[in-house]
Amino acid sequence: MKRVVITGAGTINSLGHSVPETLEAMREGRCGIGPLDFQDVERLSIKIGGQVRGFEAEGRFNRQQMVLYDRFTQFTLIAAKEAIEQSGLEFVGDLAARSGVILGTAGGGVSTWDANYRSVYEDGKNRVHPFVVPKLMNNAAASHVSMEYNLKGPSFTVSTACASSNHAMSQAFQMVRSGMSPAMVTGGSESMLCFGGVKAWEGLRVMSKDACRPFSANRNGMVQGEGAGVFVFEEYEHAKARGAEILCEIIGSAMSSDASDIVMPSKQGAARAISGALKDANINPAEVGYINAHGTGTAANDKTECAAVADVFGPHADNLMISSTKSMHGHMIGGTGGVELLACIMALRDGVIAPTIGYEEPDPECALDVVPNEARDANVNVALSNAFAFGGLNAVLALRAV
Amino acid sequence: MSIQDQVIEIIAEQAVLEPSDVKLDSTLEDLGIDSLGLVESIFAIEEAFDISVPFNANEPEQSDFDISNVAAIIAGIEKLIAEKQA
Repeated sequence: MKRVVITGAGTINSLGHSVPETLEAMREGRCGIGPLDFQDVERLSIKIGGQVRGFEAEGRFNRQQMVLYDRFTQFTLIAAKEAIEQSGLEFVGDLAARSGVILGTAGGGVSTWDANYRSVYEDGKNRVHPFVVPKLMNNAAASHVSMEYNLKGPSFTVSTACASSNHAMSQAFQMVRSGMSPAMVTGGSESMLCFGGVKAWEGLRVMSKDACRPFSANRNGMVQGEGAGVFVFEEYEHAKARGAEILCEIIGSAMSSDASDIVMPSKQGAARAISGALKDANINPAEVGYINAHGTGTAANDKTECAAVADVFGPHADNLMISSTKSMHGHMIGGTGGVELLACIMALRDGVIAPTIGYEEPDPECALDVVPNEARDANVNVALSNAFAFGGLNAVLALRAV
Repeated sequence: MSIQDQVIEIIAEQAVLEPSDVKLDSTLEDLGIDSLGLVESIFAIEEAFDISVPFNANEPEQSDFDISNVAAIIAGIEKLIAEKQA
């Protein structure tokens, strides 16, 4: 079994257009959630979200790229560029042949579906642009990354709703660990902040109209965000031999299915994924200092997640820190695990724990140290990143400082 | 603008050329337009003239639409516009 390390990280989300900007916002506990701005927003009852602002695709991409790149692909390419440039890897020869791209997304090109349905249904047009399909397909982002960086190894897209990124990264981790690939580009992206995307979510009645307040007794639902988080996972000896900067090590992962309900989370399923990751990493639960929670801010998730953590860690649950950065960047659905892994890297590398902002009232059912409202300096050796998706599909990653 | 000039403008934009560089005897290959570029050009032409071009990318040779060079494409479009107006 090979050791696996992260040698590059990239992101764009409502907190920043790069990793340094995003981490600074997390340290300062800034909120990227605000009024949504897109066509027909006045017909929505949910009017807030973590939208990426100040971002113009024009200028970053040429005309031919623009007609092929949905917003979720644009986000992916921006994050991948930052990650791959930081890693310093150039994919040629055998490295290119064996390295691939595994990315998560729940909806793929949602705004492309939305704009073209609007065009044929509402505007009565009978013809759509020929690239609608290659633009909206869920694997478009992975394919464009592979083309842009000459990644010719195993490449595909994972779609497990809110756990898509963590499932993608778990898979990439296992491929590097097994020796199948020397490096993998992995993470996820989502962009469903458009009229149809938010309207669909409204139907479930789990969205907050004012703020995402994970673990707070007065929480009233989730808030959607958008963005991408992409990483370079690399075999440790390969990274060491070329003197690469190592951000942290990935030491384990586990995936589980609740096999119970299509939307309600299960404590047992979550607990099996958490304890599975610890077992896979071959560590004692007491070594874990920080958990980046799934922490959606819904009544059901937060209490179930806290109960699962309490079950797995026993008395140590009161010693570790657990925070939900969704309070700042919103729930990026299939891309959320990618951006949230950054909070784990910040904890392990910089010794800074991102806070759960918007925390107002303690909830006895979420009685853990949720790092309320302000970031905290702490020395953490092992961190976990939780993702528990609709459909009961769970994926947890374990990381260690290097 | 004549039909010919409009079609040349659309093709030039796709090829990232000046309209003056698109000759009547240029082939799509000469202009560097690949199969995706072709379907995109046809879409732009359909939008510009509100016509339906009978072109199937699976079997371009079998389509009732000649794409052998720019002049042939223009002639085909003129015919389609005339049929629509008839």
